[in-house]
Amino acid sequence: MRIFDFLSRLPSWGVHPDDHKRPAADRALRVVTLPEFLHLPLTQHVGGIARPVVRIGDTVHKGQLLARAHGNISAPVHAPTSGRIVAIGDVHSPHPAGLTLPGITLAADGDDRWDESLEGLGDPFNADPQQISEKVSAAGVVGMGGATFPAAVKLALGRRMKVQTLIINGGECEPYLSCDDRLMRERAADVVDGARLIAYAIGAREVRVGIENNKPEAIAAMRAAAEGFAEVHIVPVPARYPMGSDKQLISVLVKREVPAEGRAADAGVLVHNVGTAWAVHEAVRHGRPLVRRIVTVAGGAVRDPGNVETPLGVSVSHLIEACGGLLQAPARLVLGGPMMGTVLPSQQAPVVKGTSGVLALTAAEAGDQAPAPCIRCASCVDACPMGLVPHEMAAHIRAGALDQAADQWSLTDCIGCGCCAYVCPSRIPLTHHFDYAKGELAGRERMRLRQDATKRLTAERASRQEREAAEKAAAAAARKAAKAAEKAAAEKAKAEKAKAEQAAAEAAGSNEGATA
Amino acid sequence: MSSVLVHAPHAHSGAGVGGVMATVMLALAPATAFGFWAFGWPAIYLWTVTVLACVLTEAVCLKWRGQHALPRLADGSAILTGWLLAVSLPPWAPAWLGVVGAVAAIALGKQVFGGLGQNPFNPAMVGRVLLLIAFPVEMTTWVAPHPLGSSGAPDLWAAAGITLGGNGYDAVTSASLLGGFKTELTRGVEGASAIAHAFAPLSNGLAGMRAGSLGETSAGLLLLGGLFLLWRGVIGWQAPVGMLLGVLVPAAILHTTHPDTTLPVSAHLFGGGLLLGAFFIVTDYVSSPGTPAGRLVFGLGCGLLTFVIRNFAGYPEGVAFAVMLMNAMTPLIDRAIRPRVYGRDRRGRSLPPLGGDKK
Amino acid sequence: MLLALAALTTLGLGLGLLLGTAARLLKVEAEPITAELEAMLPGSQCGQCGFPGCAGAAAALADGRAPVTLCPPGGRDLAQRLAERLGVSVDLSGMADAGPRIAAVDESICIGCTRCFKVCPTDAIVGAVKQIHAVIRDACTGCSKCVDICPTESLHLIPIPVTPQTWAWPKPAHTPVLAKPVLADAGCH
Ligand code: SF4
Ligand code: SF4
Repeated sequence: MRIFDFLSRLPSWGVHPDDHKRPAADRALRVVTLPEFLHLPLTQHVGGIARPVVRIGDTVHKGQLLARAHGNISAPVHAPTSGRIVAIGDVHSPHPAGLTLPGITLAADGDDRWDESLEGLGDPFNADPQQISEKVSAAGVVGMGGATFPAAVKLALGRRMKVQTLIINGGECEPYLSCDDRLMRERAADVVDGARLIAYAIGAREVRVGIENNKPEAIAAMRAAAEGFAEVHIVPVPARYPMGSDKQLISVLVKREVPAEGRAADAGVLVHNVGTAWAVHEAVRHGRPLVRRIVTVAGGAVRDPGNVETPLGVSVSHLIEACGGLLQAPARLVLGGPMMGTVLPSQQAPVVKGTSGVLALTAAEAGDQAPAPCIRCASCVDACPMGLVPHEMAAHIRAGALDQAADQWSLTDCIGCGCCAYVCPSRIPLTHHFDYAKGELAGRERMRLRQDATKRLTAERASRQEREAAEKAAAAAARKAAKAAEKAAAEKAKAEKAKAEQAAAEAAGSNEGATA
Repeated sequence: MSSVLVHAPHAHSGAGVGGVMATVMLALAPATAFGFWAFGWPAIYLWTVTVLACVLTEAVCLKWRGQHALPRLADGSAILTGWLLAVSLPPWAPAWLGVVGAVAAIALGKQVFGGLGQNPFNPAMVGRVLLLIAFPVEMTTWVAPHPLGSSGAPDLWAAAGITLGGNGYDAVTSASLLGGFKTELTRGVEGASAIAHAFAPLSNGLAGMRAGSLGETSAGLLLLGGLFLLWRGVIGWQAPVGMLLGVLVPAAILHTTHPDTTLPVSAHLFGGGLLLGAFFIVTDYVSSPGTPAGRLVFGLGCGLLTFVIRNFAGYPEGVAFAVMLMNAMTPLIDRAIRPRVYGRDRRGRSLPPLGGDKK
Repeated sequence: MLLALAALTTLGLGLGLLLGTAARLLKVEAEPITAELEAMLPGSQCGQCGFPGCAGAAAALADGRAPVTLCPPGGRDLAQRLAERLGVSVDLSGMADAGPRIAAVDESICIGCTRCFKVCPTDAIVGAVKQIHAVIRDACTGCSKCVDICPTESLHLIPIPVTPQTWAWPKPAHTPVLAKPVLADAGCH
């Protein structure tokens, strides 16, 4: 089939999975009812854990700051609805191993009252670009495509690197997911406005919105919204997974590659997701922090798949209920898309800023089968969008040669897209191998740093002990010297006394003699 | 929480090893069926015995290595190995030849290295080369086609005699095109060019009515099978095209300079095992390089070596030797030829940042 | 026939020669192994191996006087890496696979005797006389010296707590477990 791709000028990388986007993509957005409790992890972003600024028992308004950013790369957390803080501690997290995260639990009061002090910038396109960044930063906007990198940090980077082209990623190449599609169809004007705000903030001259051509309605809506803005171009791109990966979208839209040891800005572009553009619009125009998002609920086990707009912190089970509940016990619950999403160990996990989808998949959809040995068919090599040789990397990892996999086979360039594992006829869990190896290597690096610290501490202790011993010795010596001096003085005195006595005795003797 | 930690992707293309093997067999079936028809019952017996021997050897080896035999057998790789070996044998060869080849192919060619996916050499070619070296006479005793139902064709019983004991064999031997040409060449140019001229590319070659191995005579059907595999995406174009170019281009050049002592391109293409090799042997996944570009080099190497052996070495046919020699080169090719990584140049260095290289 | 055999033999010899030369040319000069081994050891000089400090242990490992399982804080993982580096095979099944551990103070029974932080090789315990002591997680190597000396058994070793930042995927099993229904905790009403 490659030859047809070649003829039709499709990119030769990647795969073309069944997209399963309908019927969810064609159903209008639904709004979820407020549940009783919202659970808000303090790390819904890449970077430092946010620090709570509220106390148990406080009542808060919708949009009020709950925890402020901590560190250079971090994002604040806000209240998704009005209510009372009932707990600050560990909450369920959408982590595949079911780890808990520090977080805040909020009991909703049902009024959903906005904090009235929130307001947007009056005329953002005449404001200082710095002010836009500040609004975005204060609103806790992060990459909504799943990367969850704080958006304001990226804006600062884009401005510093003088990026000329802003790319808005409307690829949404993962099967099943349609939250970006829905957003573009229903709020195209807001998205375009957000994109223009970002471009203004970083000083970019041009905005290119890449949308996969399997979303004609979104393309039409966005085109209509972009009418009159000459700098905004809506560019349909071929529907091919992983088109929504930043690196692949960049290479298609501007025909440049991101250097392996660099960032998108090194290729002269900055990429933001359409969801992020919408969140920026909300933050700058209305001053509203990021407290809600659109989530796709789909999969063969869901009764009534669709897209819902939900406050953050709502549990996954609540979302599934909002979509008619389950038809059958799913074989697997997945957060995100089927290609890169993670399994959810519990339906109690909350929706966070990076949650794009919740999938309840049946066994047939998940496609589980026991792996067989690699037959070196090279399907994975053909599929890899990064030009890697997955079967070699996996073979090295299996043999324990992690360093070789990284140094000689470019493991670090793997974006974890899953194309290789998707096509592998032997069903080898290639991406699992790669994530294991990446984690293991990172762990080793941490251990190495720790060891260095240990050695430093040991050395410090040794020198401290030496110093203490020396001080002790010195003190002892001083005491000894003092004692000795005392003793010597005493002896001297004694000797003198004795001498005197003797002299006296002698004198007495002579006196005696004299008297005798 | 009774969850199991499974990693993405939570979807699969549906491809499977069994499916791949089945597709290859499907592609090989027409040419094999033609071989059955052209060479009659002895060919059918030989094929059956060889395939069964491969499966049995595989089962025994797996058991011996303490593995569950059934799931591994179900992937069909042993059947395919037996099939490929069988179609490269002389059609009226005795059954024991097939059995010896099968045991060699599976036990020595595959299982000693650790089974599926681990073998550096193409198992079918290991079997074939071993037989060529050990039993050169049996391996080069050809017969002209005796189509099923024609007057000269052996019936069921006579065929059993041929397959089991080699009865009545000598009476009908015939020379293969490449073999006959080579033999005649040692005697004089005239005989050789007579053979070359007697070869009709269309009927003898494309249609396959000639003396030759069980399944490699029908060039047309092999070509059809190969195109089918290409269309299904089971094989890439690199290895076959490389192999064909590697044989045909030098053959064409040599034939223009030495028209009398060399065979024309059509004879190289249709007269031996080239098409079977190009579409079904060098495309073996396990023993060829793991990247498309590497496979082009691999195919070219196989083709060139085949050409060299056919023209300058002692054997009239060189596909099996060429493939095994290139199998040995595979690790080297895999080290040297890799795809370019996104964001890096061919030598693995990171691309410069935009405008970063100007001083 | 003979020609082919000769050709094969020549080719084999040629390739062998090539590989041999390559192996020689590409050979990595052996580093002084003691230094390398010492770098692999935790470096807290805790002395649990019975050698005077990690350098002594590395020297003993290098000349085979000590088994690769000698270092309790390093655990099974270190033993495995040492075995790999030294090219020895070792049965690690007997070694408890506790993973890296650190000390923790049971605050209800700590009497503030200060003995533990006097023995800690990395100054990872802080506190003062008659005050409850605490362990600095990043500095503790899990050498267990403090555990041995604590008069009230208030100190014990716990596995290093896993956080989402340090969690990593486990090594893929050869035959992975297939997914089972995951909703034991929340029924599908
Ligand atoms: S797709 Fe699977 S079987 Fe094929 S080479 Fe890659 S890892 Fe091996
Ligand atoms: S190796 Fe990495 S980048 Fe390449 S296909 Fe596999 S997961 Fe994607």
